[in-house]
Amino acid sequence: MPTLLFYILAAITLLSTVLCLTRKNPVHAVLYLVHALFALALLYFLLGAPLLAAWQIILYAGAIMVLFLFIIMLVESPVADQSSRRLSRWLPPAALSGSLLVCGGALIVMDPAATAVISSYWLTPRDFGCALFEHYGLAVEIISLILLFAAVGAFHLGRRYRPNSKEDVS
Amino acid sequence: MIVPLGHVLILSGLLFVAGLLGVLLRRNLIMILIGVEVMLNAVGLTLVGASAYWRNPEGQLFALLLMAVAAAEVTVALALVVYLKRSRSTIDVNRFNGMQG
Repeated sequence: MPTLLFYILAAITLLSTVLCLTRKNPVHAVLYLVHALFALALLYFLLGAPLLAAWQIILYAGAIMVLFLFIIMLVESPVADQSSRRLSRWLPPAALSGSLLVCGGALIVMDPAATAVISSYWLTPRDFGCALFEHYGLAVEIISLILLFAAVGAFHLGRRYRPNSKEDVS
Repeated sequence: MIVPLGHVLILSGLLFVAGLLGVLLRRNLIMILIGVEVMLNAVGLTLVGASAYWRNPEGQLFALLLMAVAAAEVTVALALVVYLKRSRSTIDVNRFNGMQG
């Protein structure tokens, strides 16, 4: 059963990624990418990484995709959408989300207490934290510095654009 | 391991190629960034699959670090998109063909 779920989720991931990369409208592309990220989170869960699955949803599908949507709303000119009243237009996203929901439900039914039934290898959050902070504390510090530099760089780039100032002339 | 490692690698390879084609073929800057995200996720799937195959936590730890790097990359890249939109009023990469200085 987990093997079958793996192939179903792999098909969902590939399908929604291809749909994502072929959309004209970036908002639709981001929504299909969220489908792909959810399917990838369930794949992580199947492969024995429950904590990474949770972070995939919180960080990627939550934070990063919302950032993408903000920026798209900020920079894209609005596209008039005439065909949104047709019901068949909602069929691909509805089918993808429905099958994702069924797969997630099947995972919960198979393994309600999240004991190591699904996968032969199962890294609990406690073991994950021990392995991370016992052996890779320096990596955590470096990653936090990278995030700090990225925040400073984004702040620097996002200053108000002044046409008269010397460095912003283009 | 519920599936052979080869199947995980095939899936992540296909995802990576799809993201690479998106980066190479699309001309909208935001779609290029989405292609980069797809490629990073393909690498993350490889790491988690390898971690399950060798029963080793290191793969999952590196997948976590990969997520943090992806977040940093997206922050800077989207700030650049906003900057370019302000200064050139377009995000079509074919229009960015001039240099200054």
